[in-house]
Amino acid sequence: MSDEINKNLSAEQLDSLAEIEETAGIPAGVPAPLYTDGARAEAEEEKIREERGFEVPADGDDTVYEAKEISPIRMVIKRFFRSKLSVIGLVLIIALFLFSFLGPVVYSRWGETEVDESPGRVIATSVLRSYQGPDGKIYEVYEVKLDQYQNNKYAYPDKDHLLGTDDKGMDIFSRLMYGGRISLMLGFIVVFMTTIIGVALGGLAGYFGKRVDQIIMRVIDVFNCIPGLPIMLIFGVLLSAWDVPLQLRIYCLMGMMTLFGWAGTARMVRGLILSLREQDYMVAAEAMGFSAGRKIFKHLIPNVMPQLIVAMTLSLGGVILQEAALSWLGIGVPMPYAAWGTMISMTNDSNILANYFNMWGPPGILIILAVLAFNFVGDGLRDAMDPRMKR
Amino acid sequence: MVKYILKRILLSVFILFGVSLITYFLIRLMPTDYIDNKYAAQIANGSVTMEQVHEIKTIYGIDDNSFGGIIKGYFSWLGNTLQGNLGISFKYTRPVGTVIAENMWISFWMALVAFVLQTVVAIPLGVTCATHQYSKRDYTLTVATLALISLPSFFLSALLIKVFAVDLGWFPVQGLVDASVVHATPISEWGDKIHHLLLPMLTTLLLSIGGFLRYTRTNTLEVLRADYIRTARAKGLQESVVIGKHAFRNTLIPIVTMMAGILPGLFGGMMILERVFAIPGIGYMSYEALMNGDVPFIMGYVMFVSVLSVIGTLFSDLMYSVVDPRVKLT
Repeated sequence: MSDEINKNLSAEQLDSLAEIEETAGIPAGVPAPLYTDGARAEAEEEKIREERGFEVPADGDDTVYEAKEISPIRMVIKRFFRSKLSVIGLVLIIALFLFSFLGPVVYSRWGETEVDESPGRVIATSVLRSYQGPDGKIYEVYEVKLDQYQNNKYAYPDKDHLLGTDDKGMDIFSRLMYGGRISLMLGFIVVFMTTIIGVALGGLAGYFGKRVDQIIMRVIDVFNCIPGLPIMLIFGVLLSAWDVPLQLRIYCLMGMMTLFGWAGTARMVRGLILSLREQDYMVAAEAMGFSAGRKIFKHLIPNVMPQLIVAMTLSLGGVILQEAALSWLGIGVPMPYAAWGTMISMTNDSNILANYFNMWGPPGILIILAVLAFNFVGDGLRDAMDPRMKR
Repeated sequence: MVKYILKRILLSVFILFGVSLITYFLIRLMPTDYIDNKYAAQIANGSVTMEQVHEIKTIYGIDDNSFGGIIKGYFSWLGNTLQGNLGISFKYTRPVGTVIAENMWISFWMALVAFVLQTVVAIPLGVTCATHQYSKRDYTLTVATLALISLPSFFLSALLIKVFAVDLGWFPVQGLVDASVVHATPISEWGDKIHHLLLPMLTTLLLSIGGFLRYTRTNTLEVLRADYIRTARAKGLQESVVIGKHAFRNTLIPIVTMMAGILPGLFGGMMILERVFAIPGIGYMSYEALMNGDVPFIMGYVMFVSVLSVIGTLFSDLMYSVVDPRVKLT
């Protein structure tokens, strides 16, 4: 497909062009033939109406229809909802949000760190003992000891505790909901902050170029090269060395993740701005004598937005994974506070790993669902916003 | 070319300088008595002497927490490092360089096997996904890769241990060797090691294959839109030739570039995975060191990983011009 022709076509036209190309050997730019036989033609027209959002006159209909302009945003939304995966992702995200934020309000039986102090399960342990009986023979007997947990810990799922309790007697199901709050909120806040810093620095570098670009790029290089996990671990050690209160650590973590997470966004924004700067409309803006602020905020930023939104959605999943890993390593949200990663870290106890899947399985599944959902939505958005993509 | 490489190396030196500076300042935020407290036990039982701790503290200038002291401490560390002396690890009480050199190989072999398998599986699958875009196969694999990408490594490891090691008993749960077995021959010892490594390798493979498959698919789709593919089809070439020769070779350009970038990183170890499986690779060693505030080892490891990553980027950029003659390095 030659590019000169395509430049003048809108995204939807390109879409239909691509479809035509697949079906027939018609050169690009030549309008599509409508089918001549009745049923297929109607179906085809219906499809065009639906896709382009304006009326295509039916046969024998001489009324002049006004073309309904469809805004780019509506078109993206339409294409987004056409993909099954993105809808699944969106539904999942909404469900997870409701679960985490409304869940504890609806199901408030147990608190986040509330220990069920009712007597727990009775555990029978048997020990092989040998003793000498009165008749002088040696007997081997099993001594069975019955112990009851003081708190209701290690409980199996039942109607009191939907997913059982953990090794301290805290309700797993309730902790899942509170843990979700942490993961989702932290994800959004960190991505939001990295994006602000990334857009600001990447934008400066791309727009002003030269010296400014040189300096910012070197800083980006350095931050890109720093290995994330060791640095976070150092930071975790620092937090415990300073005795930072447990509730505050999550905010410190957010700050750290932002500080070492913006470089990727900045690099992407810089690249985009560099290519946009060469576009004709930017030359026009220059010729009109617009101020730098107007050029940046009215002309450049809106054009960066589509790819930025896609990148933000995809990195949400990444940040949630990162937070979970850090919590699992004991740097993020510390016990007794709930976070999905912290809950899985109970697998360090090999007894729990082997016998209590109800303690660490559900948080793992929720992490996967959350990350998967953001990946689905991000993918769907990219396809919906990329004019080259078919369908 | 030579000029380009020189320029890049200079840039890398600058990057490494920046990385070390940031890491050093971060470490120096540690309270002064932290190391003393941390190593009180070791000093008491004699595995670390007071002089050693004091010596390290002087090298790092940790006694002097004024700004000038920190700067002085940094350059003292830098001087030692440039002479190849990374200091002595508190935790392992041996030179940091030696500990890294001894433990990186196990990580490397594990990562290498997973890397080779991933390449062999992901490239053909990625290409078929792209050639059959929107088919059932493509959909299934796309969802599968997205699911694999979404897996937290520690959860997948725990799950695999639970299923394959605990429930089915096919593999040992943790560690590198079975302590209860005395090996008669080196071969059986190696067999035991490999047996222990199979599950971690499988985990590594599963974790990395998703991203790679996606990358291959995206690139192949890009190539299939190119003009020369249209030309090849217009010439009347068979589809197998179009895909196998014209498309595939061009698909390899970004893949080879990426692979060159990954290669040095294979030495760096996987902290979380090695920790779950208790494999004494470089990742596990450095995790332990980090948790114990082992300053020399932390600096050494961070620099080691940064050097690997700098080499990786340089490699991948150079490779780009090697496999694609259209790319001119400037």
